[in-house]
Amino acid sequence: MIWNAFAIAVREIARNLTRAFLTVLGVFIGVAAIITMVTLGQGATVAVKAQISNLGSNLMLLRPGSGFGFRPASGGVANFSERDAEIIGEQIAGVAAIAPVRSAALSTIYLRTARTTPVIGTTPIYFDINKWVLAEGRFFTNADLRSGGAVCVIGETVRRELFEGGNPIGAKIRIGKASCEVIGLLKGKGQAGMGDQDDTIIVPLATLQRRLVGKASSHDITQIVISGKDGMNGDAVIAEITLLMRQRRNLQGNQDSNFSVFDTRQIAEALGSTTQLMTTLLAAVAGVSLLVGGIGIMNIMLVSVTERTREIGIRLAIGALGSEVLLQFLVEAVTLSCIGGILGILLALGLCVGLAQLIHVPFNFNLQINVIAFFFSAAVGILFGYAPARRAARLNPIDALRHE
Amino acid sequence: MSAPESIPLIELRGLTKTYGAGEGAFQALKGIDLTILPGEFVAIIGPSGSGKSTLMNVLGCLDVPTTGTYHYQGIAVEALDNDQRSLLRRYALGFVFQGFNLLARTSALDNVELPLLYRGLPRKERRAKALAALTSVGLPAKLRSTPGELSGGQQQRVAIARAIVTEPSTLFADEPTGNLDSVTTRDVMTLLTRLNVDRGLTVLVVTHNDEVAACANRTVLIKDGLIESDVSRA
Repeated sequence: MIWNAFAIAVREIARNLTRAFLTVLGVFIGVAAIITMVTLGQGATVAVKAQISNLGSNLMLLRPGSGFGFRPASGGVANFSERDAEIIGEQIAGVAAIAPVRSAALSTIYLRTARTTPVIGTTPIYFDINKWVLAEGRFFTNADLRSGGAVCVIGETVRRELFEGGNPIGAKIRIGKASCEVIGLLKGKGQAGMGDQDDTIIVPLATLQRRLVGKASSHDITQIVISGKDGMNGDAVIAEITLLMRQRRNLQGNQDSNFSVFDTRQIAEALGSTTQLMTTLLAAVAGVSLLVGGIGIMNIMLVSVTERTREIGIRLAIGALGSEVLLQFLVEAVTLSCIGGILGILLALGLCVGLAQLIHVPFNFNLQINVIAFFFSAAVGILFGYAPARRAARLNPIDALRHE
Repeated sequence: MSAPESIPLIELRGLTKTYGAGEGAFQALKGIDLTILPGEFVAIIGPSGSGKSTLMNVLGCLDVPTTGTYHYQGIAVEALDNDQRSLLRRYALGFVFQGFNLLARTSALDNVELPLLYRGLPRKERRAKALAALTSVGLPAKLRSTPGELSGGQQQRVAIARAIVTEPSTLFADEPTGNLDSVTTRDVMTLLTRLNVDRGLTVLVVTHNDEVAACANRTVLIKDGLIESDVSRA
């Protein structure tokens, strides 16, 4: 009887290809949308997490103003001094290394190519703290730092943009107001939710302050990066640094701190929750498309309900059992929904692979969302395909035949 | 008359059918007693709204009576459930409707095969029987045509082929010529008469066409839900 119902169902599908196509389309779009969006959202989350682990463990940042995120370099908030960095390094036990950072976006020119690049002036220990690895050449040394030597280490993006992928070591590029020799090339870290980390030029702090910028405020430090000792208590160290900086800035008990200290864990949590939110949002959008797909299926089914009710009447009149008719409709709905679901999964797979490359996020096949999307849309298709049949099969044949 | 013919094929006693309930209830059949023997060709006639189609639907097990008894070959039909009535239709009854009621976008052959599909016949046997039925109604050339491509008379002949392909004991025809012109009406009635005479098929026709009624050898007149007259011709 199942085989019979299957044969009848396949005949019916073949006879009503437009209806079949529209039903499949609804499931297809719903499944493809939800899988693609959730998979890419999760890829982005993974990418951000990988990026954060690239930042280095036990990394802490001291920045002016409160909170972290994007904001003007010095929005009327006092920057730090090199002395701040020295004192924190001396007085706080949990600090393994500390580097003052002065950053500026400067125009960089090599031959006829010009671009604006974020330039960082700092001390050699900075490379250690941020876990930079050399691809070629060398880092600058403390001697370079003391002399304010015209040397720089560049990131992979800068090499690609200025040198078109060629060997940059030994070349002289103009950065801001002076010319610097490229002595090192950093190994790429890749794109992140925080922007392109490889789009950077790192120079000795004194070089940036004296040669490249040359402004009154150029001795200010815009950020201090700190790496903690292994096994240190991050929260305790942050509290100590906060207390020390409040003393140095003469803040009273009732005044808010005009600087902030945070560690990679907090950044990870903040970015993680942001991408989590994005994934949820994408899933919601995908859910809507699934719903729209479902309504499409429902429409097709309801539009054809008059014709199908009469069909059921005819089948009952010539001796079909109600259960046989229902089985036929169930097989039809399941077949169409499954075809739509499988096509949707295939499309989603293609889209995920393609888009993951396009937006630089890793692609991880997520079995769970595939299964959920497939079964949900299949359920919608089956429900709306089967429910009208259920009602019609209960009628007296003559009432089904007379259905208007 | 031979002995088996004296056993009634259809026997109705005090059959009523009421639509709706309470104030708005409408009694379409008010107590029908009727006996039909195998091999009869019965025309059920009457004015519109007299209840003749309702009677036909109840007789054909497409609808259920409200009260009274209905025996088909000795089986108490009013006691059967939906599935049992379906099986009775599948194995013993054939239908022809005024509106043909063929499956749309489905070839004549597939339409005729449909009842055999529910009987679970193998494909080859289905084909052969459907082909034979279509040949016997004079349509062997239109196997692949869908109802939309056939004239009214041709559609009705496909419907008759579908009704007789299972070799039922009774053929019910509800206004079979209602949508046809006079020439095709004659064709269809000739076909029904031939089936009745050649195969001994019991035929019940509901009609308000006198020419159609004249083909039958018994005429039952229904008025206001009751049998007004029942005339047999020798």
